[in-house]
This record gives sequence, C-alpha cells and structure tokens, in this order.
Amino acid sequence: MNAHQQPTGSAYFISPETAKVESHTLSVLVTNEPGVLARVIGLFSGRGYNIESLTVSETEHESHLSRITIVTNGTPTVLEQIKAQLERIVPVHRVVDLTVRAGQLGQERPIEREVALIKVAGTGESRAEVLRLADAFQAKVVDATVGHFIFEITGKSSKIDQFVAVVKPLGLIEVCRTGIAAMNRGPQGM
Amino acid sequence: MTDTADNGNRMTGAEIVLRALKDNGVEHLFGYPGGAVLPIYDEIFQQDDIQHILVRHEQGAGHAAEGYARSTGKVGVMLVTSGPGATNAVTPLQDALMDSIPLVCLTGQVPTTLIGSDAFQEADTVGITRPCTKHNWLVKDVNELAGIIHEAFRIAQTGRPGPVVVDIPKDVQFATGTYVPPSEASASKSYKPKVNGDLKAIQAAVELMATARRPILYTGGGVINAGPEASKLLRELVELTDFPITSTLMGLGAYPASGKNWLGMLGMHGSYEANMAMHDCDVMVCIGARFDDRITGRLNAFSPNSRKVHVDIDPSSINKNVRVDIPIIGDVGHVLEDMVRLWRALPKKPEKAQAAEWRSSIETWRARKSFSYKNSNDVIMPQYALERLAEATKGRETFITTEVGQHQMWAAQFFGFEEPNHWMTSGGLGTMGYGLPAALGVQVAHPDALVIDIAGDASIQMCIQEMSCAIQHNLPVKIFILNNQYMGMVRQWQQLLHGNRLSNSYTEAMPDFVKLAEAYGAVGMYCDDPKELDGKIAEMIAVKAPVIFDCRVANLANCFPMIPSGKAHNEMLLPDEASDEAVATAIDAKGRQLV
Repeated sequence: MNAHQQPTGSAYFISPETAKVESHTLSVLVTNEPGVLARVIGLFSGRGYNIESLTVSETEHESHLSRITIVTNGTPTVLEQIKAQLERIVPVHRVVDLTVRAGQLGQERPIEREVALIKVAGTGESRAEVLRLADAFQAKVVDATVGHFIFEITGKSSKIDQFVAVVKPLGLIEVCRTGIAAMNRGPQGM
Repeated sequence: MTDTADNGNRMTGAEIVLRALKDNGVEHLFGYPGGAVLPIYDEIFQQDDIQHILVRHEQGAGHAAEGYARSTGKVGVMLVTSGPGATNAVTPLQDALMDSIPLVCLTGQVPTTLIGSDAFQEADTVGITRPCTKHNWLVKDVNELAGIIHEAFRIAQTGRPGPVVVDIPKDVQFATGTYVPPSEASASKSYKPKVNGDLKAIQAAVELMATARRPILYTGGGVINAGPEASKLLRELVELTDFPITSTLMGLGAYPASGKNWLGMLGMHGSYEANMAMHDCDVMVCIGARFDDRITGRLNAFSPNSRKVHVDIDPSSINKNVRVDIPIIGDVGHVLEDMVRLWRALPKKPEKAQAAEWRSSIETWRARKSFSYKNSNDVIMPQYALERLAEATKGRETFITTEVGQHQMWAAQFFGFEEPNHWMTSGGLGTMGYGLPAALGVQVAHPDALVIDIAGDASIQMCIQEMSCAIQHNLPVKIFILNNQYMGMVRQWQQLLHGNRLSNSYTEAMPDFVKLAEAYGAVGMYCDDPKELDGKIAEMIAVKAPVIFDCRVANLANCFPMIPSGKAHNEMLLPDEASDEAVATAIDAKGRQLV
C-alpha cells in the first residue's frame, strides 16, 4: 500500500526503500470542529500511511482544542512527510513527533499508556486463578457476578497484550482498549 | 454595535453570499443553477456588480474559474447546486489542488433538516471534496456564513494556493442573519502560512550557488503563483548569476523563451539540453517546483552529483520525492528578493570562466536539436502547425490554453512563452477537457486579448458543450484542433508499450468539426494543406467570433524527445534515433508497468 513498498521499476520510477521502518507516536493538536478527525484519518488512508493506534478527545474545552494521539510506522522520510502533511490540514495547530522528541531528551520513548476493559467468565478453580493473575497485573475488578469479572487494566500496550494472553484460556469473553495516550517526560508541554 | 448598524447588516443567507463575494473583490462568477442554489441565483438576478457566466456543465465552471484565476492572479469563483452539481465539480477541484490554483467553489446543499436522509440531489459534498480541496466547510448557521466565505477566500489565495468548498444548505440561504465584513471576520488561528524564507538558509544557498561550476535553475508554477513581481526577480537573478534556466510545464513564461539562458522545458518531453543539464549539474536550485515524477525520471538516477536547493511555500513538498541539501520554506517572491539582494552583496562573485566548460557542454546538447522533426509538403506536421500559429500571434496579447495529450506537449515545446500568466494547462491532474472552458475563463478576464485553446480531437470532445457558453457570452475563443484522428498520446504509449495494439485509441465516428461549430453558431474552419495553413490561421485570428479550426495533421506523429518510463534524464529517446525498432524496445519489461 505504501508508495515506498512498491516493487522496483514500478510506474512512477520509485526506487526500493532500504531504510528501516520505525514506529512513532505523534501528538496532533487540532481545533475541535466537525470533520476534523475525518481530515486526519482521510490523510492517512489517502496517502497510504498506517495507523497502529488512534486516540482522540477534547483536552481544552474553552479553546476548543482536541488532542489526537496516533501511533504510525514508516521510514524516517515517510514519518517526516506524515508530519508535514498533517501540518498542512487547516484546523491542525501543532504536530509533535513524541518519539523524536523523546530521543532529543535522551530518552528511549515517550510515556505511553493504554486502558483496557477485559471481561472473563468462568467458575470454580479458573475464577480464583483469574483473580490471582489480575492481582499480579494490578488489574482492578470493576464489575462482577458469580459467573464473570470485568477488569480495568492500565499500562503499556505490551502489558495489556500479556494480560489478555494469560487470561485467554481462562474464559476470556471480550476486550475493549482505548488506544495509546502519550506525552513526553519532563516539565515542558508539547 | 448600534441598532441601525445591526439592521443594515441583517440580511438573508443568499444576500450574505453576494455581499461577501463583492467585498472579496469578485467581478465574475462561473456557475450553473439548480434547486439547492435558487435563492442565491435570485440574488444574482437582482444585482449588477457581479457578472454570472452560465456554463453548460459544472466541470466547465471549474475549469473556466481556473483559467480566470491563472490568467489574472485573482481567485476564481464557481457556484453549483447540490448533488450532481457538486460531484461534477470534483474534477476541476482536484485539478486546481494539484496545480495550486486559487478557487472558491460555492455549492448548494439540501436543507439542514434533510441532510442525511438521502434527499433529492443530496450528496455528502464536504465528505466527497475533503481530499480534493485545501479546506472545506458545511455552513449550518447563517450567522457564520459571511465569516466562512471570507476565510475561504483567505485560505484559497494565501500560502500554497488551492481550491476550497463552501457548502450552503438551502435553508441557510433563506434564513436571516448578520453580515460581518472581511475586516471584522475572525481568522482561524491554526492556519499560518510561512512566507519569508529563513535568511541563514538563503545565505547558505547563495554561497553554494557562487561555488557552482555546473549550475542550473529549475523553476515551476510556484513562480507564476507568486505574482508577476516574482517573475521579474527571477529574470534579475538569471541576469546576475548567468545560470542556465529550465522550467516545468506549469512554470513556462516566468522566464522568457527568447532569453539567452533558456534551456526549454524539462522532463519527460522536455528538451535534451534541459534534461542533460539537470542530470550533470553540480548545483541545482529548484524554485517553486515539486520534483514531480514527469520531471525526475527514474528517481535513483536523478541528478546524482548535484547539491540541491529547494524553495517552496509548502513544507510537505520538501524532501517528498528528492532529498535536498538546503530547503527554504517561503513564498518564492520573498525568497527571490532576498536571494537577489544577497547575491549582489557577495564579497567575491564567481569568475565567468568558472562555468565556461558547462556552457560549452550545454551548447553541444543544444546542437542535437531535440525538438526537430521532419517536415512535409503534403501533410501538416503538428509541430509545424504550432510553429506557424506561434509566428502568426507574435506581437499580440495572446493567451494559450490546452487540453491534455500530444498537442499539449507540442504546444509547450513549440509555442515559446514570454510572459507569466499567459499559459494555462492542466499539469498535475492531466485533465482532458480543461482547455476550452479554461479559455472561456481567460477571455472573460481579458475580453480584447487573443485566446487560443490548442486542442486535440479527442480532448476537445470532453467539454465541447461549452461552445454554447462561448456563443452566449460573446467569448471569441479560438479552438485550434490538431486533429490526428487518434487519442495521440494513448496511441503513442500503445506503440511504445503494447506492441502497437491500438486498443480503443482510434476515434471512429469523428464529428464534422466545421458543421459542429456552425451548429453552435460559431465559425468552423478546415485545413489539411501545409500551403494553405498560414492564410487560414490569419483568417481565424481575424474572426471576431468563436472559431473551431479543424487542423488535419499527420496521424501517426510521435511526441519526441521522450524519457521512456523507468529511464533517467540522460537516457532520452531523441527524434533522430526514434526508429520503429528503437521505439518498440525503448521501454524494458520493468518499465512496462509504468504510465
């Protein structure tokens, strides 16, 4: 799908991409107006960029600002292009590549957290086992009957992946995840 | 605000539209009525400040507005109805987006209460036009209408120009609200185009230019968009530096074709000297162009040994296709001004001898005469027809528009443009059917000028209905058809790529263009004899009415020189080498996937 993944000799003279594909987290500050999310995701689908995770919510009510957090991947050139294309959208105020920023601050990655709700049904020994695991993962019980639990878990995506994997054989019913919320460490804002 | 002032500013949405257009300096409007814009048309009927030009298809309205915009530097304005009116406008919107033409498109919409109900002539206009506009709005409150229209004009013409859509539901056109003049309208805080280039970067560019032994200026439509002053500054820069200069299709006319440093257009059908100079240069200064794939040829062989400066107002153009060494983000006019000033201030200017060898290489390439063709006494060669047309229009205020295909490339190669804003063509999108409506838009803006649409027999039929518009509004455009009875460029590619199997590229059942012209009430002319050509062209120019000139040319002429797909700038196919065998094997298996 991505231009840089086309084979050599393809129609528009595109040379093979040898640069490494990286995963980056972008923070996009936008005016909270109708259609703004469609503009952002339309840009990604229209230009063949990938979205691994997308989170959006109003963050400053008085000034009508929303913050969109997008995890995407591409070569450094493509990532630079994604940022420039996002900045071209009229209601976009700022775009910060949090991953690049973290690098500049001497850190490996920005703070990235995700919330998930996980429903597990079961009785008997498996129920006790699920609770022990939840405890180990610091997952909170937010709803329960004799036949099920709903857990709330917060953390890095990898931690949630792991929790989902371990409760799967114990009666996993459904999972709902928020996508990543992210911010750089330190006192400065985006 | 006092009560009286408030009352003076209370009006219907339709009145607000007309007032806002007038306050934004609009004198001409291209459009087509329909149910969802009737209130606006009713207001048009009741005023004289803005002239409405009735087209025959909404695509025509868009291209006419583009021609108007490109020839005047003003914003082109179009007005269409909801549903099919808006969907027909999509092609010119995308065309304007790709060629950076300032366009404001007002569309009617079904009443707000019916939006989403699949009402008659309803379409999700903002959804459909989102990727083919710079920005768009659906106006749901009549009190926001004036502010949005002012903002639409601001966004269309500032920064990198482009098309915008304002979608106005019918109930908003009827509702009464408050008009806000442009001076009091609030502007979006997130939209802040950067016009001044970074001086340190410009200084670095000038210093690099001064060291060049094999320099080249590569300019594009951005110079035209930056206004006539930018073209003057470009000419001054060429004069000062004595650098050779080439241009993209969109940038023709910024530097005069008669200028001594002119290399001709570059790219797929550009001149040999321009492309060779691009390939071999050591310093390339790209000004207001975007390294399009028709320009670069094979990217990994594109100008391999040069250091590159790129001036562009759009940061996303920088490093998009080609990595550059010195990016300068800003308006071409402002950057050129700084460049000229800093060049003048250089403590030590390069010696003339520094680029002597380079100039002699260029002369060697120029001597290949890459635009040469074999003329004939029996049939009109298309190149010859254009040379004669160019000769006949010398010394006149002439505007040229084109359709898309072989004739477009020949026009770019043979016409020789001396001034900016006199050449209107669909570059990025390559829209057949662009030329006739664009010519009408140009003629509306320049009623006394000679406006010629250089057309092909296939392209012209894509928007031929606008002949009716030409007659109605007394727009004496000249349509000069290079009629080879083929979709010439399609046929040429089929010959190059597909074993000369001419699948569907022959135009059977061609209309009689002379009779067609007469049917519309225009003048029809026909010429198939090279000896009669000059006389007939003179006659065409003298006619004070729209003319369709059916110029019968050699059917199988190919457009050369050419960079075959997948090849580099220094692997051009020149006309004297283009034997049938060379043409048949010009593109290898990999290149055959190409367009």
